[in-house]
Amino acid sequence: MKNEWPLWEVFIRSKSGLSHKHVGSLHASDAEMAVENARDLYTRRNEGVSIWVVASKDITASDPDDSDPLFEPAKDKIYRHPTFYEVPNEVTHM
Amino acid sequence: MTSLNLEALFQSKIDEEIKIEPKDWMPDAYRKTLIRQISQHAHSEIVGMLPEGNWITRAPSLRRKLILLAKVQDEAGHGLYLYSAAETLGANRDDLVQQLLAGKAKYSSIFNYPTLNWADLGAIGWLVDGAAIMNQVMLTRTSYGPYARAMVRICKEESFHQRQGYEIMIAMANGSPEQKAMAQDSLNRWWWPSLMMFGPHDSESTHSDQAMKWKIKRKSNDELRQQFVDVTVPQAEYLGLTIPDTKLRWNEARGHYDFGEIDWEEFWSVVKGNGPCNKQRLKARIKAYEDGAWVREAAVAHAAKKEQDKLPESSAKAA
Repeated sequence: MKNEWPLWEVFIRSKSGLSHKHVGSLHASDAEMAVENARDLYTRRNEGVSIWVVASKDITASDPDDSDPLFEPAKDKIYRHPTFYEVPNEVTHM
Repeated sequence: MTSLNLEALFQSKIDEEIKIEPKDWMPDAYRKTLIRQISQHAHSEIVGMLPEGNWITRAPSLRRKLILLAKVQDEAGHGLYLYSAAETLGANRDDLVQQLLAGKAKYSSIFNYPTLNWADLGAIGWLVDGAAIMNQVMLTRTSYGPYARAMVRICKEESFHQRQGYEIMIAMANGSPEQKAMAQDSLNRWWWPSLMMFGPHDSESTHSDQAMKWKIKRKSNDELRQQFVDVTVPQAEYLGLTIPDTKLRWNEARGHYDFGEIDWEEFWSVVKGNGPCNKQRLKARIKAYEDGAWVREAAVAHAAKKEQDKLPESSAKAA
């Protein structure tokens, strides 16, 4: 429909020191209104100290059908984890 | 992969309790069932604002008025979380709203009953929100990720709704004899419609088996209804009010309350549009939608103009 407002994705920082986290989406005619609507919709109980809004159409996502080949390279590299290495009992602070 | 393999893979994810996310492959029927269920749920939240919004100007104190405003605003919020969840499945918001306004989409029948006096606001919070919570707590574990996440938010907020309703009932049940009589009258009118909120008996429910297999639902209508009766009876006893059911009694052997049969004729009649307020509710929604049309148009025009204003400057720089 012609007058439909675009969709925005909303990210909220719940308190200083934490990252913004995706909380949901909403419709608004522009970015400014999206921030105001996000305030009313997602922070009615002090859930946030900062809001990001991103037009949903501007988000590029990986394809779940390709997730196996996409993430496969990391799967067999267990030497990237500290638990792969043996540290002698006598050695501390490591 | 053939669609048969995809379907088997999908079901194995469900069986392993792996959530389904928006871009994952899913059977068409799963998608359609969810769009229908989530949008009906969203419509219920939005129509649910009407019986209570009706009392904002007549709340008996400023405290009650602030609480009621916050509650009705929450219902709007819940509707919006749910519409957003439905949109992740490819539904279009405006289509969903149009289906409601055209009378093609269903919403919870409970909101087709009138709120006759202030005690009804107590009964709605206590019983109607209480029944909704039973269903919604179950849905926090539903198999579709965005629906489950919306439910977690909603349940956190809904708990205040039920408590403020019960607080109204406590105040009235302990007030003057007239106030206590109002509380009892309100329980009499809302009890059976609240039990109807859980839907038809399992044996009559058309979508139940598949919804359980897909873990959209995890408890049957009758299980949830029994759970609601079991927790609500002691709450009524505390208030000193009588639940309007002569067959209601504790069954030691079952470990549950036995209760009387719902008037299914009334249930189906309200579902089919012949409840006390069906027409009034739809009319109010259509009026709100039409009255808001110029605001939606003006906001789009304003946004377009702002975009336009940006253009000459940037193209001048480029030149």
